Amino acid sequence: MDSTRSPEGARGGFAENVALYGRYISISIMSQMQYKLSFLLAVVSQLLVTSLGVLGIWVMFSRFGSLGGWGLHEVLVFYGLVNVAFAIADALATGFDRFGSEYIRQGGFDRLLLRPRSVSLQLLGHELALRRLGGFTQGLIVLTWGLGHLDVPFDPATLLFTLYIIGCAVCLFLAIFILQATLSFWTVESIELMNTMTYGGVEASQYPMSIYEPWFRHFFTFVVPLACVTYFPVLVLLGRDDPVGTSRWFQMLCPLAGPIFLMVSIQVFERLGVRYYTSTGS
Amino acid sequence: MAQIIVEGLSKFFQVAERRPGLWGAVSGLLRRDHRSVAALQDVSFEINAGELVGYIGPNGAGKSTTIKILSGILVPTAGRCEVRGRVPWLERHQHVADIGVVFGQRSQLWWDLPVMESFDLLRDIYRVPASEYRDTRDQLIAEMSIEPLLATPVRQLSLGQRMRCDLVASLLHCPSILFLDEPTIGLDAVSRLALRHFIRRINRERGTTIILTTHDMDDIEALCERVIVIGRGTILSDGPLAGLREQLDPERRMKVELVNDERFDVEHARVISREGTMLQLSFDPRRITTPELIRRISESHEVRDLLVEYPPIEELIAKLYADSADSKPAVIEPSA
Repeated sequence: MDSTRSPEGARGGFAENVALYGRYISISIMSQMQYKLSFLLAVVSQLLVTSLGVLGIWVMFSRFGSLGGWGLHEVLVFYGLVNVAFAIADALATGFDRFGSEYIRQGGFDRLLLRPRSVSLQLLGHELALRRLGGFTQGLIVLTWGLGHLDVPFDPATLLFTLYIIGCAVCLFLAIFILQATLSFWTVESIELMNTMTYGGVEASQYPMSIYEPWFRHFFTFVVPLACVTYFPVLVLLGRDDPVGTSRWFQMLCPLAGPIFLMVSIQVFERLGVRYYTSTGS
Repeated sequence: MAQIIVEGLSKFFQVAERRPGLWGAVSGLLRRDHRSVAALQDVSFEINAGELVGYIGPNGAGKSTTIKILSGILVPTAGRCEVRGRVPWLERHQHVADIGVVFGQRSQLWWDLPVMESFDLLRDIYRVPASEYRDTRDQLIAEMSIEPLLATPVRQLSLGQRMRCDLVASLLHCPSILFLDEPTIGLDAVSRLALRHFIRRINRERGTTIILTTHDMDDIEALCERVIVIGRGTILSDGPLAGLREQLDPERRMKVELVNDERFDVEHARVISREGTMLQLSFDPRRITTPELIRRISESHEVRDLLVEYPPIEELIAKLYADSADSKPAVIEPSA
């Protein structure tokens, strides 16, 4: 009675997966709206907490005037952009973020494997964390504030390029969350190490990379390509030359490292991770 | 041809040995000693379409390992396994679209969602065509009488209510095989009966093959014509429940309440326990028939009440395990 159903294979078409994701998300929003007060409190508190970071930057600049040749508003652009992208990725990746604790430790991953859909899709559908709206709003305000005080033309090209950077950065952050989740197949204990990567990476890329030591910069360019989705393309946006001396072409194309990193991480998760899990069962 | 074929299936797990103490924990991060532990060893059986099979064994015997392999989420170390012509773990997506799995301990429904929303989401996940879905769903809802629960968030349901909804959820895509892993665990007597009734009905009316693991021997007694007993990773017995009884413990039990507290001595009846006028007897029906024994007892004693029963199935299973514990597993011929 069932063999005729979806003969093209269980993975299904792209449109079908998007439709299912949409359904997951609408359900997730519905569930979160059952706790309206806690949702509002989470948004407001996140807004306040992240705003403290901006306050820190502002204090630093009012004291020292500039940071390695960068002005306050330029740094605000880096800061705002990274925070917008991270808030989006963070909101999308709840399922991966809690993978070790909720799916591996408590055994919920079995259930995902028992359903004829990609586990990545199901994990993305775990939740769209609306409480990240706080960080997102704060980042967006800081970003527009920074851009508004700089000599950056407000036109469709700027807007499109900004969206391109944000999109690529979201991909990269998602990839890091997914790699972190992949690690929990093997150990649930080394998560702290990965947190250095996500949260530490976010902290580091809130500032222009040229202020850091070369080894640090190289790590975030070639190993975890955070600089590729923040620092280099923002140089293009701000119309500044790189003190380190990269070309414009490189700066414009390197954000694609984000989507590439994401595709690789999904493959690693779904192939290596799942294969390991199904051979150990725990 | 059999729907499920399992042949010489083995599964070994690598278990990390931790050395004790702080130094052990630290060095364990760098190097771990591994030990191979057999969860399943050379397990073979076949199950035909429409069977309702009880799969029982103590904790750690290999029940869930078998279920996991059969449902495609665990890859065995050796052996063959085919379910409806497919190797479960190689074609996992196609395979799981055709099975249902219920864990008594863990709901597959979404905690914060009303039951009906969960059902609708499952329809999308399993890609059930709309009209087919509506028919199946409404029929199951009626059979399981969960109509009043549909708008309730799952977290507000009682365990019994949740279990009924979980069972319906696992059947929405009309699977041909249903795995029930301790479905009655923690349920009250009424819910338990209702659930058994429903399980039997699914099996009879839909022809769904059902594999049931449980610790509740009443479940087995009420539902399963065939019982596979597993212990320490090997099959100890496979056959009808009646056959298992005959081979292991052909004795019957009789409870007798006497009017007077007097000496009791009847041939062929062994007194297992006695509390005043209440006696527990054991007898072999091959030596003396039940009516004959009753006649003899009534002749020599004044009897207030009398009840004949099977020895509890727990005792049978315990006996089976005890037999198997004698180094090499006792192979009991299936008496089918």
